[in-house]
Amino acid sequence: MYKIILATRYLLKRRITYFAVLAVALSVFIVIVVMTVMAGLVNEFKEKNHRFAGDCIVGTESLVGFAYYEDFTTILEQQDYIEVVSPVIKSFALLRPIVSKQDDVIEIMGIDPVRHALATGFADTLSYNASDASKAFWALKSGSSGFVFWSSKEGLSKPSEPTQDPNLPGCVFGEFLLSKITNITNARYLAGTSYSISCFPLTARGALAQAGTDLVNTKTFYFSDQSSTGIPRVDGLVVYLPFEEAQLLCGMAGPTKRASRLHIRFSPDVKIEVGCEKIRLLWQKFMQDKTDETQSYTLDTVTVQSWKQYRRASIAPMENEQTEMSVMFGFVGITTVFIVLVVFYMIISHKSKDIGILKSIGVSNLDIIELFSLYAFLVGIIGSSIGLSAGWIFLWKINPIEDWLYKHFGFQLWDRTMYAIGDIPNQAEFGMLATIVISAIVASLVGALIPTLQAARQKPVETLQVGQL
Amino acid sequence: MGATEVKVLKGVNLSVKKGEFIAIIGASGSGKSTLLHILGALDKPSNGVVKFENRDLSRFRSGQLNKFRNKMVGFVFQFYHLLDELSVLENVFLPAMTGKSIMGWFACRRQAKNRAKEVLAQMGLAERIKHKPYQLSGGERQRVAIGRALMNEPKLLLADEPTGNLDSATGNGILEVLEALNRAGQTIVMVTHDERIAKRAGRTVTLVDGKIEHKNSNNS
Repeated sequence: MYKIILATRYLLKRRITYFAVLAVALSVFIVIVVMTVMAGLVNEFKEKNHRFAGDCIVGTESLVGFAYYEDFTTILEQQDYIEVVSPVIKSFALLRPIVSKQDDVIEIMGIDPVRHALATGFADTLSYNASDASKAFWALKSGSSGFVFWSSKEGLSKPSEPTQDPNLPGCVFGEFLLSKITNITNARYLAGTSYSISCFPLTARGALAQAGTDLVNTKTFYFSDQSSTGIPRVDGLVVYLPFEEAQLLCGMAGPTKRASRLHIRFSPDVKIEVGCEKIRLLWQKFMQDKTDETQSYTLDTVTVQSWKQYRRASIAPMENEQTEMSVMFGFVGITTVFIVLVVFYMIISHKSKDIGILKSIGVSNLDIIELFSLYAFLVGIIGSSIGLSAGWIFLWKINPIEDWLYKHFGFQLWDRTMYAIGDIPNQAEFGMLATIVISAIVASLVGALIPTLQAARQKPVETLQVGQL
Repeated sequence: MGATEVKVLKGVNLSVKKGEFIAIIGASGSGKSTLLHILGALDKPSNGVVKFENRDLSRFRSGQLNKFRNKMVGFVFQFYHLLDELSVLENVFLPAMTGKSIMGWFACRRQAKNRAKEVLAQMGLAERIKHKPYQLSGGERQRVAIGRALMNEPKLLLADEPTGNLDSATGNGILEVLEALNRAGQTIVMVTHDERIAKRAGRTVTLVDGKIEHKNSNNS
């Protein structure tokens, strides 16, 4: 009981302790804020990738695609753990606005917008057709004249509400690609604009399917919508086209049709890894069954991946940053340990007399260790509580603070024109908070350990005699 | 001392009877404080045996030694050595808290506090129980230290220069307290460098260069 009384009194009376408490509080505050924001950004980014890809992807990176995808789709749709399958054509193409002479390299994704919206979060990325993805490829026409030139400057005239034409083949642009090509950020001004998209069709063996003047397939598409996935590489490179049009452009619409990928959504109660494993088994059987088919060789490069595996290249850099941040905060923790060590070393040097007195009345070495460990524990828990409270309040107000800074000083933590984020994430996870608080308390205990052990080993005779000199 | 070995006591043969009041006198560096610390198990002799009620202290494990210091012995130091963060009352009942769990303390705290108040009343400090040590005079602090030493009713009270930091009048008051305790049956061993103070004890033992020169009874 005296340990509790003494530890509490030391905490309140020894002002130098406040430095240790402050060190712990600051460390906890910094770690909570940065880890919450970082974890939020990473989780947000992962979620965007999940919504972009669906749950599972069966596909190949080969530009020729794979055959018999319709047969495998039929098999998949018979499984009760699968909700939707969306076949996709993926290739590279050249894009040229009709009024321009400049070509840009783009990535085309041929999709059935309805199925793709069910399998992924495609519908939510659309500007005009979020509520009805079936109209994603209905060309947008200017309300007044039907067509406008895309060189119209924003702000000179307010365009009227566009109309949609289902008879013209539309294309959905990634939002960054749109602004890069047209220099226009408001898609309203692009209603009625048209674009020539050219692709090299390939045979199943990967050879050019056509020769001479028909080397490329070219078709004109009309702006129908823009997509914002929040993934810069996708939004800066991808143009969505109707599935059949893309299949024709890429030479995959022959007697044996091909596709690049199948995006799959599982039923809500299905674990992704379990579902993917089941599909792998189905695929292996499917490959065996198709061994004698003419284009069975196209199946060799097909893989079955979960969305995390499929989007690894996109997610890994952010996860690595998060890991590096955690390592750096490990160093913050070590610094805290050293600060606590120094403070406790000074405190215990001053408390030598007390230690001698306690030992003279029968207090054991272990009791001395417990006393100062309790003292360190109180430093840790009070410092953590202060840091936790301050961190929580700061996170609660982080977006208003950033808004205020931007309004008065033009300062933003992340330039929204470069980073596809909305509000700064500020929801701290309970598990992470608990880990940080416990680590801070452990750091305090570790920091106080050496001085505490030295205190316990002190001979009472020496400490008391020093007092008597 | 430090890395250098210094022979402080060079063959001391001393026995203390129950109820005695012994003064160990000697010049500075004669080894009297060292002898006192050995008697109270705060230090260990390099050679020789220390027995308390026929039990050899050198055979005690550290837990037994801690219990011995808590229950059997009470220390009074020259500079009082009170804990500044605790009140007078808390300083006195501190030995009663040692070795007890929180539940154990709650079971006996009323009894311990009453005992502490009783001891402080005996020391004439009943009105000062809530004060902190820095709010007391030197003599009052020394009486608190004596009270703490008496808290667990030790069989042996060891006082190391108890008046060394006090003026003569105050020191005299402390000696009167010790004399009264001895009359009530308390066994006391006191270390001093002052012969006049030593004469207040029942027996004087003179230490010179770590050896006992002679032992006098002051009652003859």
